[in-house]
Amino acid sequence: MDWEYFCELFLGGLTRGSIYALVALGYTMVYGIIQLINFAHGEIYMIGAFTALIVTSVLTLLGLNQIAIIVLASIVAVIYSSAYGFTIEKMAYKPLRHAPRLSALISAIGMSLFLQNYVLLAQTSDFLPFPSLIPDFKVVEPFAHIIGSTEMAILITTIVVMILLTFLIKFTKIGKAMRATAQDRDMAMLAGVDVNRIISITFILGSATAAIGGILIASHIGQINFYVGFIVGIKAFVAAVLGGIGSIPGAVLGSLVLGWTESFFTGYVSSDYEDVFAFLFLVFILIFRPTGILGRSETQQV
Amino acid sequence: MTKNRFGRLFVSAIIGMCLVLSTSDIGLAAEPIKLGVAGAHSGDLASYGIPSIRAAELVAEDINASGGVLGRKVVLLTEDDVCKPEVATNTATKLLSQGVHVVLGHICSGATKAALGIYKDSKIIAMSPSATNPALTQSGDYPNFFRTIASDDAQARLNVDFALDVLKLKKIAIIHDKGDYGKGFAGFAKKFLEESGRAEVVLFEGVTPGAVDYSAVVQKIKHLKAEAVIFGGYHPEASKIVSQMRKKRMKTIFISDDGVKDDTFIKVAGKYAEGVYASGPKDTSKNPMNIAAVEAHKMKYGSDPGAFFTNAYAATLALLNAIEKAGTTDYDGVRKALRTAWVETPIGKIRFDERGDAIGAGFSVYQVQNGVYVELK
Repeated sequence: MDWEYFCELFLGGLTRGSIYALVALGYTMVYGIIQLINFAHGEIYMIGAFTALIVTSVLTLLGLNQIAIIVLASIVAVIYSSAYGFTIEKMAYKPLRHAPRLSALISAIGMSLFLQNYVLLAQTSDFLPFPSLIPDFKVVEPFAHIIGSTEMAILITTIVVMILLTFLIKFTKIGKAMRATAQDRDMAMLAGVDVNRIISITFILGSATAAIGGILIASHIGQINFYVGFIVGIKAFVAAVLGGIGSIPGAVLGSLVLGWTESFFTGYVSSDYEDVFAFLFLVFILIFRPTGILGRSETQQV
Repeated sequence: MTKNRFGRLFVSAIIGMCLVLSTSDIGLAAEPIKLGVAGAHSGDLASYGIPSIRAAELVAEDINASGGVLGRKVVLLTEDDVCKPEVATNTATKLLSQGVHVVLGHICSGATKAALGIYKDSKIIAMSPSATNPALTQSGDYPNFFRTIASDDAQARLNVDFALDVLKLKKIAIIHDKGDYGKGFAGFAKKFLEESGRAEVVLFEGVTPGAVDYSAVVQKIKHLKAEAVIFGGYHPEASKIVSQMRKKRMKTIFISDDGVKDDTFIKVAGKYAEGVYASGPKDTSKNPMNIAAVEAHKMKYGSDPGAFFTNAYAATLALLNAIEKAGTTDYDGVRKALRTAWVETPIGKIRFDERGDAIGAGFSVYQVQNGVYVELK
């Protein structure tokens, strides 16, 4: 067995999985809180990337250095995407909170198509070149020819985001309120939790991680258009379900499993059936473990 | 009596005037020639479809200014198919319901194939500036189809000859995007390489368009130590694959088709595009008609025309010329005229062979040098 090749595929899958994870977190958090699949989440990712592109172009014209550009572009993209996430929730989901779940789901799909077409009209249908924002630093020798600096940056960012998010949910007051809302919305409200605020915060957090994912991947592959959010969104959604939707470690694990499955299958078998195999795998997992890898079964009390 | 006679005269004069008016009315408003323009006008492949609308607009304006075709004005009916076969059938049906006479389009091979059956049943001729799938003409299934671009097998043959004779390659990986166009091209490249017996095809695989990254496929190419990649597909995937290869410091040669020979590819892949080979229609930029057409485009739209503009311009001219020569928009007449009458176009003097391929149009290999495609002689 060729270990170097194996390592390369492993790291490739890890990188891809990390990106899915950044997007999957948003799906899983929103689902955890209000049991809604926010199908417009992939579009938030795309809007994050577009915002970063616009900010980067302006800042490059102003002649700032690369570190300043990436920091500012990320901050603006995160704020802008969070504002989108917040607004979408207020406009498309809040009025439907007591409607049947299917209505909110359809509203989410509508929002996704609306945002795609909105960006298509406001920007362009063409693929746009995205500058590589991540500085091209030298990786230490034994790893240099199996992992690039961009991949390294993606992995590190994902790990940092995970740690921050876990800390937030486990140890802060907001996190406690989020967990309470997820367990029982009415009860949390009676206990004095401002449920609407918590839901808004969840949307903002999810949008922020998606925006970071958007910037990283756009910078990694060097191009964006209005449609990039759709496929990433679907894959991340699958990853979230695979890991157990509603569970944050589950979303990460599911994303990595999906990334590795795709990478190894392409590497050792064929890329022709990459998606076929990835989704077949999903079907098998769901047959044998309907709640996903780390999901808990919900017991509905009568 | 006098009064009565006067009255009768008056009435007949009025009737006469009405007759004159109405006949001249018919003369003025003779039914226009409806030229359908179908293709990707939105979506991620719009950069291939929009130039053909503009080409048709420019030609129609010129011809209408000089009295139209057979004394009839040319009007355009543009319909979007987003390069999707399932949309293209609707597009075709819609054009038929609007009474279209001939169609310029479609743009993508898959969409063209889907629409052609519908046109065939209604005896409508379609001429594509860009659909290169060989079966469209070679299968003989679509006698109503013509094109002003050479087919994929001609292109694959050119690329394979180039790889073997000029670059002297021995180990080649072939990648495609699983689409009608990309896979067709890649399949021919594989067939010709194997027949030649001079090079080994180490990999033949499809990638998923729009996937987040292609690192696994790129690793595989590296692992198999291919000297070159022949890619069948369009520029979004090509630029991702090339960029990922170059970021991994791979010097593997990249050869592709006219789906990649587009300035958007260079714009998106940036410095990574340097040195990439791609085949595309012969450079006809020295042709005076071509220069005039490009100038007209710049005047009207304030930009350089995009991909397949000249092929679309030529196709519009060929279609309208055939109607003029045939003296009718009738199916058989126009078909015959397309095959017999030569027409001067920006891509050279062309007519069409029995199968519908243009005689006089061909391909060259280009290379990206300092950020522009340069034709290799």
